[in-house]
Amino acid sequence: MADIAHTSKGDECEVVLHCPPELKKIPLVNHDRSFAWITENVASICEEKTRRYWWIAFLLFTPIALLVPTLLSYQVANGVGVWGENQPFGWAWDITNFVFWIGIGHAGTLISAILFLTRQKWRTSINRAAEAMTLFAVMCAALYPGFHVGRFWKAWYLFPIPNHMALWQNYRSPLLWDVFAVSTYFTVSVLFWYVGLIPDLATLRDRAKSKIKQWGYGLAALGWRGGNRHWQHYEMAYLILAGLSTPLVLSVHSIVSFDFATSVIPGWHTTIFPPYFVAGAIFGGFAMVLTLMLPARLFYPQLDDMITRNHVDKMAKIILLTGSIVGYAYLMELFVALVYAGNFYEYNAFYNRATGWYNWHYITMMTCNVIIPQLFWSKRIRHNYIWVFVICQFVNAGMWFERFVIIGTTLAQDFLPSSWGHYTPSWVEVFTFIGTFGMFISLFLLFMRFLPMITIFEVKAVKPEADPHHEPDHSHGEKAAHPKEAAAH
Amino acid sequence: MAESTKRLHAIGAEFDTTSAIYHAAEKVRDAGYTNWDCHTPFPVHGMDKAMGMKKSWLSAFVFVCGLTGFITGLLLVTVTSFGLYPTIVNGKPNDWTHGAGAMQFFFPVMYELTILFSAFGAVFGMIIRNGLPKFHHPLFNWSRFAKATDDKFFIIIESSDPMFSETKTKAFLDSLGGKHITPVFDHE
Repeated sequence: MADIAHTSKGDECEVVLHCPPELKKIPLVNHDRSFAWITENVASICEEKTRRYWWIAFLLFTPIALLVPTLLSYQVANGVGVWGENQPFGWAWDITNFVFWIGIGHAGTLISAILFLTRQKWRTSINRAAEAMTLFAVMCAALYPGFHVGRFWKAWYLFPIPNHMALWQNYRSPLLWDVFAVSTYFTVSVLFWYVGLIPDLATLRDRAKSKIKQWGYGLAALGWRGGNRHWQHYEMAYLILAGLSTPLVLSVHSIVSFDFATSVIPGWHTTIFPPYFVAGAIFGGFAMVLTLMLPARLFYPQLDDMITRNHVDKMAKIILLTGSIVGYAYLMELFVALVYAGNFYEYNAFYNRATGWYNWHYITMMTCNVIIPQLFWSKRIRHNYIWVFVICQFVNAGMWFERFVIIGTTLAQDFLPSSWGHYTPSWVEVFTFIGTFGMFISLFLLFMRFLPMITIFEVKAVKPEADPHHEPDHSHGEKAAHPKEAAAH
Repeated sequence: MAESTKRLHAIGAEFDTTSAIYHAAEKVRDAGYTNWDCHTPFPVHGMDKAMGMKKSWLSAFVFVCGLTGFITGLLLVTVTSFGLYPTIVNGKPNDWTHGAGAMQFFFPVMYELTILFSAFGAVFGMIIRNGLPKFHHPLFNWSRFAKATDDKFFIIIESSDPMFSETKTKAFLDSLGGKHITPVFDHE
């Protein structure tokens, strides 16, 4: 930009401003794709003939998913003893996996709600897939407490339903808060996801060639016609849902952390848990979003113009930020326990975490969650998809280890050495956990196949020409006719 | 369907860009039409103003729903814990007179129910207000209208508008630069 010379009244003084060159805005959609191009390239994924590698992936992961119903049936038939939990390990892999999966869901809500409220327009091309991921992760999570109650057919006692036993819930228990938080979270996530889908389902309905698709997508689209009188309420509903989901998502993992924090076990009884759990959940969730989106981009190269390097870069930065918050929390926890608190049991719990029976879990957690994500300081690594993918796998693993460290090491070595105990997961637990990954990925593959993976209408809306006051580079007849009106707005 | 039973529903015009429909919408508003709408593939920024529409009242409805959720949560925890099934947990008071001092443990349930009821209010309020689901609509008879969910922008002026006149409205839309100006009938 040229220098700007500013002259004040009477030529008494002259101010010369040296402006730096104007920063170029990084486009959210590369190659300046048209609206029609976006519709065509996202919708065609659901319309084309199923690709071979989709079938390969699906046939690979569904048998793994079938482990879940099989092993849960085995558990119901034989009792909860087929899992490895026993005193003092009342909670082990089951709650670890529950917290792991529910945490993953948080990234989806963060992208759809918090980034919406903060006007981060880059969220538009990843929010649909991330929200779908949230739903599938919460489904995997909900299995664990449901089946850990032992008598699964009595799991409805969790809800406040009057019954012949005159049993009633204890509203002072964080486990009951969990029931309310997780079920509200799932319901609101489904609503949010569905509301976002309505206009895109209408697009698929209008493009559908076969009667069945027209009916299917048509029913789901509710007869959406895209009138501005509808958009007005729609946008308000979307804004409100984003505003509701933000405190909701923060409350869900806070309440999950209360399961531990409100107990009196050393190592659990800390006030740092709620913010630290929430940061950890977003950290792990973003790693899972990238774990799913990077291969999806590989399968469908046309997505490259919508999920750009810029998007991956930003997600890597969020992983770096939240990973550093988590690292800070780990160190602060150690400082409080070892140096500051002066509580012998607290000191012992953390000393045993770092050096005791399960110290390799602790070392793995520190390495995967604190040290390795620091590589994202390098732009070259953030822009290399293979590096990003590999680091995300470390984060996924690290977050699982974090939950086990919190739950496992604490229960293994608490107050009295006479009541200490080891824990080994049973084969049923191990394969159920593997099965949940199969279930998660199979559901995601089905979602990719039948629903638009990218929010078509929102990606269109963030293109520069979606703004009615946008001046196209090439002169436009329509625009030139109303120069005054354009200036007035 | 016989020609005589056809009833004119509206006249529609197509536009290519957001700025074209935006400026056309301002003119339709200024001409005094009331029963009309702009159909766009995505919400166009500032269109509410261009069409002279007021703020959506959905937020007020959601507030009422949220309040209902909060009160439901409050009654659920207090009536059951103090009245119907009084249980002593952690030595906390379990009666109406002293219970209010130990309410903080009840907060999460009230909080979640407030959010749950508000979310239902937002979604179903929006759907009901928009008159959805509506699987049959005269606009679906217009084949070009399928582009409204792709990359074209449409202004539809309904025949129920007091200012509507088949010839004048057509000419008016034409003067705004609309393309493919088409009468849309109730039946095909």
